[in-house]
This record gives sequence, C-alpha cells and structure tokens, in this order.
Amino acid sequence: MSHGAQIGGSIRRRLVLQLLVVAAILSGLLYFTVRSVADQAVEATQDSILGSAAIAIAEELRGGDEALVIDIPYAAFSMLGAVGEDRVFYRILADDRTETGYADLPLPQRPLSGLSAIYYSASYDDADLRLAAVERSVLVAGANVRVVVVVGQTRTAKQAIVGRMANRAAALGLGFFAIAAALAVLTARSVLAPLANLAEAVGRRGPQDLRPVTRPVPLELVPFVAALNGFIGRLGVALSRTETFIAEAAHHIRTPLATVRAQAEIALRQAGDDRIRATLRSVIRAVDDSARSAGQLLDHATVVYRSDQRADEDIDLGALVEAVLRSFAPTAELKDIALTADRPEQPVKVWGDRLLIESALRNLVDNAIKYSPPDTEVTVELREAKLRAILRVLDRGRGLAGMDASGLTGRFKRGANVEDVIGSGLGLTIVREVARAQRGTFKISQRKGGGTCAELSIPLR
Amino acid sequence: MRGIVHTLALILAGQLAQAVEIEDRAEFGDPEAGRVLSVLSTTDAVVFSPLVEAFLAGRPDLRVTYTVASSQDVYDAVLSREGGFDLVISSAMDLQMKLANDGFASAHVSPATQALPQWARWRDHLFAIAQEPVVVIVSTRGLAGLPEPHTRSDLVNLLRDNPERFSGKVGTYDPAVSGSGYLFATQDARQSDSYWRLAEVMGTLSPRLYGTSGAMISDIQTGRLILAYNVLGSYAQALLEPGGDGRVIELEDFTHVLLRTALIDRDGDEPELAGEFLDYLLSDEGQTLIETRAGLPRINEQALRAGPHLRPIRLDPGLLVYVDPLKRQRFLNEWAAAVTRR
Amino acid sequence: MRFLLIEDNADLARSVQTRLSLDGHGVDWAASLSQAEDHLATAGYDLILLDIMLPDGDGRDFLSAHRRARRDTPVIVMTARSAVTDRVALLDTGADDYVTKPFDFSELEARVRAVLRRRAGSAQTLQSFADLTFDPLGAKISVGSQSRELRSRELRLLEVLLSAPERIFSKGQLCDRLFSATEAVTDNAIEVYVGRLRRKLEGSRARIETVRGVGYRLTQT
Repeated sequence: MSHGAQIGGSIRRRLVLQLLVVAAILSGLLYFTVRSVADQAVEATQDSILGSAAIAIAEELRGGDEALVIDIPYAAFSMLGAVGEDRVFYRILADDRTETGYADLPLPQRPLSGLSAIYYSASYDDADLRLAAVERSVLVAGANVRVVVVVGQTRTAKQAIVGRMANRAAALGLGFFAIAAALAVLTARSVLAPLANLAEAVGRRGPQDLRPVTRPVPLELVPFVAALNGFIGRLGVALSRTETFIAEAAHHIRTPLATVRAQAEIALRQAGDDRIRATLRSVIRAVDDSARSAGQLLDHATVVYRSDQRADEDIDLGALVEAVLRSFAPTAELKDIALTADRPEQPVKVWGDRLLIESALRNLVDNAIKYSPPDTEVTVELREAKLRAILRVLDRGRGLAGMDASGLTGRFKRGANVEDVIGSGLGLTIVREVARAQRGTFKISQRKGGGTCAELSIPLR
Repeated sequence: MRGIVHTLALILAGQLAQAVEIEDRAEFGDPEAGRVLSVLSTTDAVVFSPLVEAFLAGRPDLRVTYTVASSQDVYDAVLSREGGFDLVISSAMDLQMKLANDGFASAHVSPATQALPQWARWRDHLFAIAQEPVVVIVSTRGLAGLPEPHTRSDLVNLLRDNPERFSGKVGTYDPAVSGSGYLFATQDARQSDSYWRLAEVMGTLSPRLYGTSGAMISDIQTGRLILAYNVLGSYAQALLEPGGDGRVIELEDFTHVLLRTALIDRDGDEPELAGEFLDYLLSDEGQTLIETRAGLPRINEQALRAGPHLRPIRLDPGLLVYVDPLKRQRFLNEWAAAVTRR
Repeated sequence: MRFLLIEDNADLARSVQTRLSLDGHGVDWAASLSQAEDHLATAGYDLILLDIMLPDGDGRDFLSAHRRARRDTPVIVMTARSAVTDRVALLDTGADDYVTKPFDFSELEARVRAVLRRRAGSAQTLQSFADLTFDPLGAKISVGSQSRELRSRELRLLEVLLSAPERIFSKGQLCDRLFSATEAVTDNAIEVYVGRLRRKLEGSRARIETVRGVGYRLTQT
C-alpha cells in the first residue's frame, strides 16, 4: 500500500499490547487468587483435623478423686495420618505443668477460651508446624484443673497439595492468558474494522468528491469524522477560493493585456511609420507571448494534477478529434491552412481522462498550425493498431531541423528554428506527461517530404 | 565366610559408652576394612548373617558390625543421640515410628524405597523390610479332642469351657517386658473389644508370661504350654519341628501383620552406607534372601490380598498414642488387672 | 454587423469598440448584465461578445438564461480563463465559441464569421458591386450564373476593398487586415493575394487596380 503518511506506531499493536498487559495482570491475579484460596482451603482442612484430634483427646480427659486421667484415643492421632505422612507432636498440660507429650512444644500466644480449638503456626524441631490447642476444665479431687491439649503437625502434605494446586493455578493462568491473547488480537481487529472501513470508503472517493462523510460510524470515531468533514469543508472552500483566485487573477491580468493588445492593434492600423509599426508588432507579440505562456503553465499544472487524480471514462477519440478540429478551424482558416481529419468511421474507444487527452491533442494541433506556412495542410490522423489507438498530427511546417525528439519534449525546450514563433516550450512537455499518465507513448519525427509527424499512442479500451 | 566373629556373652555398656544392654554382637567382613557399617537390630545375628554376607560380597573395603538388643534398648540407644549406629532395624513398629516422627531418622529416597507399597513405609524415613503375621500356636497333643480355634470368640469359648485343661498351660507376651508383646496387645485392644474378654479369660487360667516368641515356642514343644497367643509366625515356622506337635493358627477374625522396619539413624557416621544396605534389603535379591535364608516373609502385597484376615499394622501416627508414657502406664495397669489379677 | 459588447472594463471595451468600428462594424457597449438586458430589449444584434466576470453577475448565468429564453443571437465568450476545463464548460453552457483574452482581432473576426456561417440563414448578407454578388458567409462570389469559392485571405481582401470601393488602400493597411499582427510578413506579401483575387474576379466588370507607389483600389469597368 502506498501512502504519504508517516507511521507513528500502530493502534492495533498498542491495543493488543494493552489488552495483553491487562490479560497478564488478570492471569497473575487469577494465579495468586487460586493459590491463596487453595492455601486457605488446605490449611482449613488441616486445622479442622488438628482441631478434631485435640478435641478428641480433650473429650477423653477424666477427673476423679485421685488424679487427672489422660487417655489419648488411638483415632486422635490415626486421623492425622489420613491426609498425609506428616510428623505429629502433642503436649498436654494441667495447670501449666506438662503432663505428657513434648514438653517444649510451643503454646498459643492467644489466651484459650471456650470449647473450640484455636489454631496457630510455630516452628519446632527445625520444622514448620500447624497446631491446634483446646482447653478444658477438669474436676480433680474437688479442685478445678485447667487442662490444655496441644496437637501439632508438620505441613509437608499441605505444602504438597498447595504445590499441586499452584501448578493447576499456573496452568489455569497461562491458559487464561493464551485465550485472552487470542481474543485481544481478534478484538483489536474488530475494534479497528470501522476505522479500516472508513479509510477504505474515503480512499475510494474520486478526486472531485469533496462531500462530507455521512456513513454511520461508531461513537468514538465521531470526533475524527467531524474533524475530517471540517477539513474536507475547509479544503473545498480553499480549493474553490483558489480557483476563484486564479480566475480573478487571470481576469485581472488578461483583461489589461487584452486592452493593451487591442489598442496596439488600433495603433498599428493607424500608424504609417514602419519603425512604429514594427515596435507595435513586438508589443503585440510580447503580450501574446506572456498570455500564452501563462496559459500553458496553467495547462501543464492541470495536466500534472490530473495525472495523479485521473477521472477516467470511456472516450471516443474520433469525436474528440472532430471537436478539437472544429474549435481550431477559424485559426487555421486565418492562415488558409486546411485542417482535416483522417479517421475511421466507427468510434475509437479508449479508457482515459478526457481533459488530459484533449489537452495533448490541442497542443499538438496548435503547434502544427503555428509552425505551418500559409496554404498548407494539417492533418489529424486516427488509427487503431495492435490494441492501441494512434493519433498523428501531420504538418508541412519547418520540421525538427535535426533536433532530437526527446530533447524537444523537455520542459521549456524549444526547437532551434522557431525564434519567430510565439511559444513557451511547454506544449510538448504537456503531451509527454499526458502520454505517461495514459500509459501511452509519444514520439515526434521528421515527416517525409517535409514537416513534422507527432504521434501519440494510447492503449485501446 | 571369612572373618565371622560371634561375640556371645553380654557386653555391658562401657564398651560403646552407652547405657544399652547388648544381647549379641557380630562382626562381618575384613576386620582391616576401612569403612564400617554399624547395624543395630532386634533380629538375631544368625537370622541376618546371610543377608549381611551377601551384601558384603564384592565390597572388600567394608565391614559390618551387627549389634542385637531388645526393642526398648534399640529405641533408647537411638534416643540417646550418642551415635555409633547407622541402620536401625526393629520389630517394634511403635517405637520406630516414634523415632521417625521425632526426627531421629534421616530421609532416604531411592528407587527401592519408592517401589515399596504405601502401607510399607512412612514418609521417606521408615521402611518395612519384612511382614510377619502374629499367630496362635497350639499343641495338637495338648488340644487332643478339642476343636482348633479359628477366631478369638472360638478361643474365648475354648479357654472358658476347659479351664482345667488350660490352667497354667496358656502363654503370651508380657507387654511390660516385651516391646513386641506391648505392640501386639495394644493393637489387639484397639482392634477389638473381644481382646479384653480373652485377656480376662486368660487371667483366670494363670497364664505364663514370656519375653520372646522363641521361649513360647520351645515351651509348646516341651509340652509346658498347650496354647501360645500372639507369637511371631516367622519364628514359629522356623523353630517348629516339621511333623511335630506344634501347629500355627492364623485367627480368621483378624490376624495382625507386624512390619519389621528399618530407619537410618540421623546421628550415624555412614548414612550413605546405611542407605545402600537398606536398598539391598529392599531389592529383589535382598527380599528373596530375607524370605529364604532369614525365614522372614518378604514384603508382598499379593499375600495380603490373598489373606483377607491379614491386617498389617499401619505405619501412622496412631502408633504414637501407646508410646505416650501415661497411656502406656494406663494400658499396662489395665492389662495387669485383667490378666495377672494383681 | 452589429455587436453587443458586454464587458465591465471600460478601457478594454473602448479599445474593442474602436477596433471593430475600424472594420466597419457597429458596437454597442454594456458595462453590466442589466445594461446588456436594456440593450437587448431595444435593439437587435448580429452577435454578442460576452465577458465572464461582470460586476452584477456571472456571464455564464447570463448565457444559460439567454439560451433558456430561446434567444438565438450567437454568443462568443471572451474569457480570461484558459484552462482546458473552463473551455469545455463554456461550450457546454451554450456559448457558440470563445476567445481567450488577450485575443487577436483577426482571430475574433474569423470566429465570428465561423459562428455566423454555422447559423447561416439567420443573417444572409449579400453584397453586390458592379455585376458581382458577394456572399461573405458562404465565401463565394458570383458573376451572373457563374460562382466561385474564395479562400479565407482572398475573402478578407475582397471584404476590405468592398468596404470602400474606389478608395485606395495602402499595402500596409491591407496587410494589417489580412495577417495577424504577430505574423512576420513584408508588405509585398499582399501582392500574392491580390493576384489570386484578380484571377477569381476575371470575367467580371469588377477589378482591382494597382495605384503605383500607393496601393490598390476596387473599381469597375
């Protein structure tokens, strides 16, 4: 795709990137959430088993007349083996004196109360423990004995489960990210689709189409389209202003020139002195010269502009030749030059820009008449050959005088033998530009028996 | 085999600087060898010597010191943390479990340990090397005319209905003396209420109490006992004369299976060697030798499936309960009250 | 011929007026579209010369209104715009032809003649001298039943001479009429066309007489 725009980043890339960042953050959150939920769930499970074990022991405490009876149920520890193979520690205290178990097992920092167990973590014998503690009051020999039961367990199994859950969470997070990434790409494409459609719709427009964009666009594009329409509006105004300005300028320059020329002609009619007549003639030539140059410059600019922005259509070259010859007829007649067309009866159709081709033909005919002596013939020949339409403008003028054809078509290049004829040297340049724009060729050659043959060939429709 | 030296005699603690009563001590391998693997075990050296010798074959730089002690002494030796032993083998699952739980064992992970069934190991610290049913032995002659018991209820009825026949002729472990006896009694008590009925019936028959299975087996053979309860089946198979009087009965309500377990002493000097020997014991070759030469049934899940009455004693923290001194005291008191009527 | 010149630039208008009257045409000048309407309401014209930019409107609007009103007076537009686009647009609007400012009066005259010739019938203007009948639009002369075609310069030469029979025109005056001001010709170039016209006039009583050292005049025998 060729475009004159400078690329400053890509909305799609930015959108995809941002969506990916969001997806990554969400995936990370998902991972940590699942992990922490798993961690809490497993810890809660372990806690409840530890609590059950501690309570089971506490339930079996007996008072009596002699001593406190501690009878640890087998199931209390056996159930701790149910989850995994974790090391088990316990400690039973009566009135803060260790009755049995591990005398240095850490006690909870918080005060114990009620029937339910409290849970805490501590380090013991180089291992991280999770512990549950319950308190019971037992009546021993009439006295209230406060018994604390502590059951602890290492956390190997829990960590193994949490590790597995973490792997799942990671897989889940990665899967989520992968899906989100795919969706991000699709979303970016669908979000940008209206933009692409708009660009295409604007790009499809012809060169003269300066209507505002009225197709419905998403809300977010409304400011852009509004700005675009504003710009198109200003461009339209500027263009018509420029056109008006050029027209005004041409008017304001050409009208005085016309006055000067008219008065010079009047003076020429009334003057008897040869020197004065010669002077007046040169004044008139100068006026014509500048007017013609200005005209051709304008034509050249038009041709160059239209070469980029062509409004192609079906053109019948035969009809075009007739129209051009008709408009030049009076000019040719002035010099008693016979201006004739030699063309097939049936239409010769090409696909191109009518104004471009007409400009080229007018310049060729204009040149031919200009450089032909009176009482000669200028012929415009139209032929079809090998999928090409060939337009030849033939004259009996002074020819090329050995000049190179390609040299003559350069900008402001003029033949060496034309000082006496008004011209800017832009005529053939215009023809050459038109030939290039229409994918055709242009050549100019010396005609047999004297004169010039200018040949413009354009691909047939 | 060269260099096998049996140190019979009771060597008192002084030698090893520990308060452990050593029953037997055997040296295997070249006395000059540089590395020493020290094994502490409750199993007789004779039983283990084929395994040790097979292990030493092709390892000239290695010798093995094999020390035999009671399960309580084995436990105490490890607990003292004075070191000197690398691999500790005991039939007292509860004490071994206690050692492993309390951090006296080193972890050991190898293909051999990973291949063990879940029930035959605890964490990577305690490993079963043999499975032994705990059985009843009866004297066919002494039982003459009476039906063989197949369940504990049968046994209770048999003893209760024939007090004159069985009085003074029933034997079992003294749990206060024997670690294995304590384990069997506590597991029985845990497993079934009928145990206490059995204990009470035995209590009325003036039972004889023993410290080892071997003693009970020999008393069956001499006719001093008609029935011995909770005897290690492997010993019975090994010691009973073929075609003799003694018969081994696996009770069908349940028969406990003792797991002989090994752990690597955390305070030992040669943990790698201990691991190698352990792996050898668990290897197919080692297991085959255990079964054929030592007469201890190999770890065999298939055998357990084939006998639905067989219940391996689980290696789980429940075992710790009866190690608790208060609990132990309560149990022994209760047991004594039931059996010895004291 | 009678022209209506619609042009807001007074200098140019006066020049055109003067220049055309030198050739014997009558020219009325309107400086705005409203003045032009006044003129058209009171007089008939052979041709309208129309400027595009006028103080009270656009010449093209006048042109389309003129055509809508089915007034058939031919219009030649004098445009200051020379771009190809404008030329096409002008002819589409209904102009008979156009000249681009600044224009050559010979060319204007040629175009006027071409326009009038295309509309022949609306203004048949035959002129006669001696036994000669001259049809300037048809570019023909006839003597009795015999008629001859004239070429452009022969015709213009005859037209000039006929505008003042018996008057002597200098070679320079004739050159000015026959050749464009920008054509580099010597006065003697006129002799070729005088010779050609004389041959076309053979058999008629009208003839071109050379006044030696002065010029030519049309006379009859």
